[in-house]
Amino acid sequence: MSAVRISLEDVRHVAKLARLSLDEQEIETMRKQLDSILDYMASLEQLDLAAVEPTFYSVAMQAPLRTDVIQPSLRRDEALRAAPMEKAGAFAVPKVMDGEG
Amino acid sequence: MARTYEPVIGLEVHAQLLTRSKMFCGCSTEFGAPPNTHVCPVCLGLPGALPVPNGGAVEMAIRAALALGCTVRNRSRFARKNYFYPDLAKNYQISQYELPLNEHGRLEIEVDGVKRRVGIVRIHLEEDAAKNLHPVGAGGDTLVDFNRGGTPLMEIVSDPDMRSAAEAEEYLRKLREILMFAGVNDGNLEEGSFRCDANVSLRPTGQKQLGTRVELKNINSFRFVRKAIEYEVMRQQSVLDSGGIVEQETRAWNVEQSRSFTMRSKEEAMDYRYFPDPDLPELVVSDEMIARARAQLAELPAEKRARYRSALGLTEYDASVLTSHPAISSYFESCTNELLKACEKPLSPQQAGKRCANFIQSEVMRYLKTEGLGLQVPVTASRLAELIAIVEIGAISGKMAKEVFAQMAATGKAAKKVVEQKGLSQISDASVIDGEVERLIQAHPEQVEQYRSGNKKVLGFFVGQVMKATKGSANPKMVNEALRKYLEG
Amino acid sequence: MTEGRLHTRTLVALSSLVASGEISSIELTRLFLDRIGRFNGRLNAFLTVDPEYALAQAAAIDRSKQKREALGPLSGVPIAVKDNICTRGIRTTCASRILENYIPPYDAHVVQRLRKAGAVIVGKLNMDEFAMGSSNENSAFGPVRNPWSLERTPGGSSGGPAAATASSLVAAALGSDTGGSVRQPASFCGITALKPTYGRVSRYGLVAFASSLDQIAPITRDIRDAARLLGVIAGHDSRDATSYPGEVENYEVECGKAIKGMRVGVVRDAFEKGCDEDVASAIDKALETFKQLGCELVEVSLPHISYGVSVYYIVAPAEASSNLARFDSVRYGLRVLGEDLFDTYAKTRAQGFGAEVKRRIMLGTYALSAGYYDAFYLRAQKVRTLIWNDYAEAFKRCDVLLTPTAPTPAFKLGEKTGDPLAMYLQDIFTLPPSLAGIPAVSAPCGFSSSGLPIGMQLCAPAFHEGRLVRITHAFEQSTDFINRRPAAFELD
Repeated sequence: MSAVRISLEDVRHVAKLARLSLDEQEIETMRKQLDSILDYMASLEQLDLAAVEPTFYSVAMQAPLRTDVIQPSLRRDEALRAAPMEKAGAFAVPKVMDGEG
Repeated sequence: MARTYEPVIGLEVHAQLLTRSKMFCGCSTEFGAPPNTHVCPVCLGLPGALPVPNGGAVEMAIRAALALGCTVRNRSRFARKNYFYPDLAKNYQISQYELPLNEHGRLEIEVDGVKRRVGIVRIHLEEDAAKNLHPVGAGGDTLVDFNRGGTPLMEIVSDPDMRSAAEAEEYLRKLREILMFAGVNDGNLEEGSFRCDANVSLRPTGQKQLGTRVELKNINSFRFVRKAIEYEVMRQQSVLDSGGIVEQETRAWNVEQSRSFTMRSKEEAMDYRYFPDPDLPELVVSDEMIARARAQLAELPAEKRARYRSALGLTEYDASVLTSHPAISSYFESCTNELLKACEKPLSPQQAGKRCANFIQSEVMRYLKTEGLGLQVPVTASRLAELIAIVEIGAISGKMAKEVFAQMAATGKAAKKVVEQKGLSQISDASVIDGEVERLIQAHPEQVEQYRSGNKKVLGFFVGQVMKATKGSANPKMVNEALRKYLEG
Repeated sequence: MTEGRLHTRTLVALSSLVASGEISSIELTRLFLDRIGRFNGRLNAFLTVDPEYALAQAAAIDRSKQKREALGPLSGVPIAVKDNICTRGIRTTCASRILENYIPPYDAHVVQRLRKAGAVIVGKLNMDEFAMGSSNENSAFGPVRNPWSLERTPGGSSGGPAAATASSLVAAALGSDTGGSVRQPASFCGITALKPTYGRVSRYGLVAFASSLDQIAPITRDIRDAARLLGVIAGHDSRDATSYPGEVENYEVECGKAIKGMRVGVVRDAFEKGCDEDVASAIDKALETFKQLGCELVEVSLPHISYGVSVYYIVAPAEASSNLARFDSVRYGLRVLGEDLFDTYAKTRAQGFGAEVKRRIMLGTYALSAGYYDAFYLRAQKVRTLIWNDYAEAFKRCDVLLTPTAPTPAFKLGEKTGDPLAMYLQDIFTLPPSLAGIPAVSAPCGFSSSGLPIGMQLCAPAFHEGRLVRITHAFEQSTDFINRRPAAFELD
């Protein structure tokens, strides 16, 4: 059995980063599953990649540039229709202080 | 014995670009529209929507970069900066991380006669966040307006090259001026189109290694920048003096209390998980695009000031007043050009420049200030040139010109029209003046005799009489000449 | 007119019938709506059926026909799209609780193209939640069942499109493919799917799973239908910065062209290890067929494709973790109110997302997080380069590459749900072409001893979809696999 690749603490931290509320049972299950997946992925460590460039885009393209012209926006009622809570033409969320995040 | 410390300051400026549409969609960037009316699937982060970069924003960022001596990368890359916040529609911001558009620039500043070259690490493109509102009537909820979300921003990151709050302030003023003159930013701090964060650390004088830095956020006026940095320098100094260690953290400036507060400690530091945005292939900028941006780059304020002094003979003070805003300098320049073209009496560029500079700095600016018009001059440059030309040929006096200008501004009429309608025209007709002078000489033989026997003061009496007779509208210079001719001739 | 058997006809055949006036679009639409009403309960292929919307489109086609207006290439034929493709005014759920009631205010690019081509969109098809899965068991609204064997999976993530097409509830469907999500279900359901080159079809309006891999793809009864459908949806779209600006070739004219002399690359070590015996023998027979058709068989090796699963399950979850961050209950979707904003986000996402989606968000967040980016994300993207290079080398020696689509025929529902890694290994053959961005087709090439369909995967260099159409068509013509259909849905 190989070394533990991901700890319960790691799982809690990542869940926080990802804004997922997990209970202790889920954290434990998640840890085990991620551990076995990461263990399988360890095969990548065998490769010598020093001289290899990453491929972020599988088909070589360059970003097209849009002309700076105004296009029609959505009607406000369309924009807000799916909002869980709407107030005064805006999307309402539980209070936040500016600068948090 | 207390040690002395040297403050080390670097600044990060976020400047909105003056494009019509947003960075990655066609929604308008206009400020002040009703909430959530300039939004679409892209800037609302709706499922399935995709970003397409605004070529206008790329051009403007290149222009800014050239004005700041940066190298423009032919290939740069957009990256996602991931963090959750309700003003961020996708909960990631499209920005640039590795391979920014522009790198390695500089900006020269001067404070109290000391010059300093501040390095610019990078200028990259990104999208602005939306606006969180906290109105009283919202039952304690935060309301999000996505109109601003997706507005093109440049982030301009300086090297930690500044050594005082005054230098930081000067850097910002200079930077703002350059961006405004490059035509890429409106320099409006109140509306948040030019914003600043500062990184401040202290190190013992003479030490090379940098101290622990503290990031200051929310300092959005030149005055607050200075106060916040001064406060932070003092705060760190007192921590160090009392044997403490400065903690790496992010602090926010509180305007009401004139002090800063911890926003985030190092432990709470964000993990942004940057990675190349798979929705956006590499941004390729050709040499032709860079050349085009260079050609479009207008004269920068420092160059303008130098030219105003050398070619137009203005004083340093006048030159700096007239370059305080691109709108003023362009008004001044077109007024001067129009005057050179329009004036019946040939003028040298220096004369024309001086006349326009004087009139703009006195009358025009005073009028804008008293009427609260900002920079919206209600009289076009060419009409102002006409007015100055009328003064120049002596058709009206300088004093009358002020009144005429006020009328032009109020009514939108041309100078000649105002002068005509008000009967303000100065009498410069030699035959009219000659006639009047002849009549007076015949009516006052005594005074003529006094003058001819050496009492030259009597001339003043005659001038007064002519003015009285013409209700003050005779050209004083011509009156003087005519009187001398008749009295001495 | 064999009206009772109309549903078995291809998309191409049905559109000619409408175009020639032999049947109206309304009649055809009613026929398929009737089949959906009768059979969808068994299959759970549809999440939303909108007869009113469908019949209105059909009526419009019939009016155009009456006015003798030119009809599009899909004139009046009922099809359906996977539920991660946005439809204006029609619920688009991605088979997730978090979007259970979400109605988009805009149509995806492909939906606009379909409508312009005269297709009648009858509804939205079930899938693995956010296209994450290989068995359709990750749908929040229940799994889809395989028409050939109801206790088995139709594959995933486009299980709905595959099951609906295989059982003739629609003439054809659009799915999406990120790492095999149309090919593996096509293989399990005995039909054809063509994943285009990355960038060939606009992703505008496709709810993103892994943006550097996602492509919308046709799922059809035969390759000519796939060629017709791809011809409609392919092409440049200025709203997708990764949309390829090059011209679209005429795929359909490739049908019927000879394939003599075509070099078929065989990646023998890929399927001789860890592959079901029936699958291996079906592939062997397919090779024999190609040989008889005059193809040259070339042994090639792709030394790095065995790393495909590892690379894919780092890259795709990483992108997904970022793409799915927008589901925060601010602008749309489920909201579960918590004590504060952070808690609201965390609770909403915990209740809104299913187990597999959460697992991938966690995996992807981890792979991008401070200290792990280089070890996982960057390393994976470097190995992706090696895989890309493998294909570039292989295509110097052959014109197409042949592998099985999946290592096994359809497995039983519940068989792999407890072991995520075992499920991931289902994608072993379909992931590498996705990582390289190249086009790939899955076409029926045999049946297992227990009568389950088996599919073969053919890939070609980027933007050579036409070559795949040509060789697949030649194969279809000399075999009979596409004509077999699941008996339970042929009662009438």
